[in-house]
Amino acid sequence: MRQVVVALALAAFAASACASAQAATPTQVGIRIHYSRFEPSTIEVPAGVPITFTIVNDDPIDHEWLIGDSNFHNRHRTGTEAVHGDRPDEVSLPPMSIRRTTLTFPPGTYLYICHFPGHEAYGMVGTLVAKG
Amino acid sequence: MRRFIAGAAALVAAFVVSTQPAAACAGLIGPNGAVNLLRTTTFAGYHDGIEHYVTAFKFQGGSGQFGSLVPLPGVPTSVEKGGDWTLQRLIRETEIAKFNVRGPIPLAASADAVVLMQVKIDALDITVLSGGGESVGRWATEHGFRLPPDAPEVLDFYAARSPIFMAAIFDADAAKAKGQQIGDGTPVHITIPTANPWVPLRILATGKKADARVDADVYLLTDRKPLLLPAPFANGMELQYSQTASASLLNDLRADKGMDWVPEMAWLTKIGINAAASQLTYDLAISANGKVPSRVAAGLEAPANPTTPATNAPSNEPLALVGIAILALGAVLLIGRLAPRSVKP
Repeated sequence: MRQVVVALALAAFAASACASAQAATPTQVGIRIHYSRFEPSTIEVPAGVPITFTIVNDDPIDHEWLIGDSNFHNRHRTGTEAVHGDRPDEVSLPPMSIRRTTLTFPPGTYLYICHFPGHEAYGMVGTLVAKG
Repeated sequence: MRRFIAGAAALVAAFVVSTQPAAACAGLIGPNGAVNLLRTTTFAGYHDGIEHYVTAFKFQGGSGQFGSLVPLPGVPTSVEKGGDWTLQRLIRETEIAKFNVRGPIPLAASADAVVLMQVKIDALDITVLSGGGESVGRWATEHGFRLPPDAPEVLDFYAARSPIFMAAIFDADAAKAKGQQIGDGTPVHITIPTANPWVPLRILATGKKADARVDADVYLLTDRKPLLLPAPFANGMELQYSQTASASLLNDLRADKGMDWVPEMAWLTKIGINAAASQLTYDLAISANGKVPSRVAAGLEAPANPTTPATNAPSNEPLALVGIAILALGAVLLIGRLAPRSVKP
């Protein structure tokens, strides 16, 4: 199963790389979760443009990818929603899974965090900068 | 000389087990209504290539289920209820006489974990698994373990050397129903053929914050004074006892259930672990044949190739060692069954 996930992840990253090569900032972004870390942990995208994220959880444990501002994350730090997925900025990732979501960002800096207990403290935090 | 092969004490880390889906947001794990693993006590010994491993779990309070994953140095041939006083007797022995110290199963990461054995002992459901870190972690997740974020890396770390794990799930409600009291322990005796003596220490730090303390007592009983790697003088390790095991100790151990394999003569070593979780990046490799212990076994180097230690064939190494380890873990992990809170804005 891991090989399949990794292969798909590589395909996603390849697509991202192509996008990167064609534009200064990508409209497709691949994010890998491995050993409870986001790779990459820093992303720059154009503001006002739909960005498609392909997120690959390569770990055998559940993770989530939640992106937003500080108020958004404060809510999730104290919440206990069992599953995310009905909003494009809240993505639940079961073990060894791939999810895609598309978001458009106003200019600014956003954090993507896994809010499972202990995961943020462990380092599951990334930064996205949307440049206008 | 009687041949004893090194016994590795597999130390225990407890993980959360829940029959409910894990909450997606923080706050599920909490002190209220939690089960608290107070101590995990472990015994492991080798005789003619057979390791005898006894571990006991003590719990305090709460309800529901939680469990632990234990890396093992080989495939067990049996798992049964352990003796009644072995662990306590070892503690008493080393409290009386203080020593003043100066100074192969192929790894198949993509396959499902293979269940080798399932045993129920009192309120413990025990499953022995073979598989890579990913497959064992996935099995654990699918069976309700909520593994901490460092678990994937730690499981891979151990699976590279020995792809055998023991999952133990403790059902606090079943324990209450059986009349077990807070603080009662359930000893489990595991018989493991293995040739690679090591005591997993890194697993003790799993799920802990970097500055959290890890306390453990590791007892080794070998046929002669062992060589250890890392040397137990730094990084949170302290050599606290090192001398010939007394005849009375060996007799008492031998008299316990399933302990008739205990040798006539042995060397007793006690190592105290009092480290920050961030310090425990190593395991304890043991050699009782005069050779330098393996850096791979100590977790100081990655193995060149996936290990194949998990055969049922006894080792032919001409060394004599019986390893006994006792852990005294503090509170480890909690299982919370707090009512979910909706935060949908």
